[in-house]
Amino acid sequence: MWLYEKKLQYPVRVSQCNPRLAKFLIEQYGGADGELAAALRYLNQRYSIPDKVIGLLTDIGTEEFAHLEMIATMVYKLTKDATPEQLKEAGLAPHYANHDKALFYHNAAGNPWTAEYIQAKGDPIADLYEDIAAEEKARATYQWIINLSDDPDLNDGLKFLREREIVHSQRFREAVEILKEEQGKKTFF
Amino acid sequence: MNKTMPPEYYRQLEEIQAIDFVLVELTLYLDTHPKDKEAIEQYNHYARQSKKMKKEFEKQFGPLLQYQSYSGYPWTWDNTPWPWQV
Repeated sequence: MWLYEKKLQYPVRVSQCNPRLAKFLIEQYGGADGELAAALRYLNQRYSIPDKVIGLLTDIGTEEFAHLEMIATMVYKLTKDATPEQLKEAGLAPHYANHDKALFYHNAAGNPWTAEYIQAKGDPIADLYEDIAAEEKARATYQWIINLSDDPDLNDGLKFLREREIVHSQRFREAVEILKEEQGKKTFF
Repeated sequence: MNKTMPPEYYRQLEEIQAIDFVLVELTLYLDTHPKDKEAIEQYNHYARQSKKMKKEFEKQFGPLLQYQSYSGYPWTWDNTPWPWQV
């Protein structure tokens, strides 16, 4: 099971109401390489992966939910004081028409989240390579959003999240090495 | 709704976030380096620190951890602010 802790993993601040940035950021909420996809990908793969890497998938998957909450907080803070007119100017009129200011799991282009974004092949090396690729894609997405953003407070939180993708990718690479070593130990007849 | 909390709330919370980040990092590291004794000692040290600081924080600002923190009267778990409201 999981326990909820009433705090963010890292402080989230935004300088001002800015629905345009929220529109880009939603990519990391409900996009293919976003935090929801990451959490669900790892926590689903862990049931059939070798014991040596179950802990890692559980812990990284859990951390992704903390990141999902940080992204949600960013989007909430960037949009909470926006008028319908401001949302319209930011290209969020279609979102507003359906959801008001509620968050929703879709990407920056408005496509709803789908399980097709994630894979589970049952082959440990294939699954871990997918995870490494996912982390690298998420890191790149954070960089593109930072490039689009002129909010230094928001960027502080985004840079933290970008660095986490790098650490996760490195740990998954180590997991691949651990499994290769295990395979080498087996005796084949 | 958004809430402005006293400076002490933000100071203590950031300290807890910093220590808990050390624990996250050490956890992922130990998942792939389970025989690093020094890292395990660091992990246990910071786990103790984290518990101590949270106890102090909770005395002033209410429960942090679902099912684990104690409540005052009336029920304090569902008091604002929630993490995205500060």
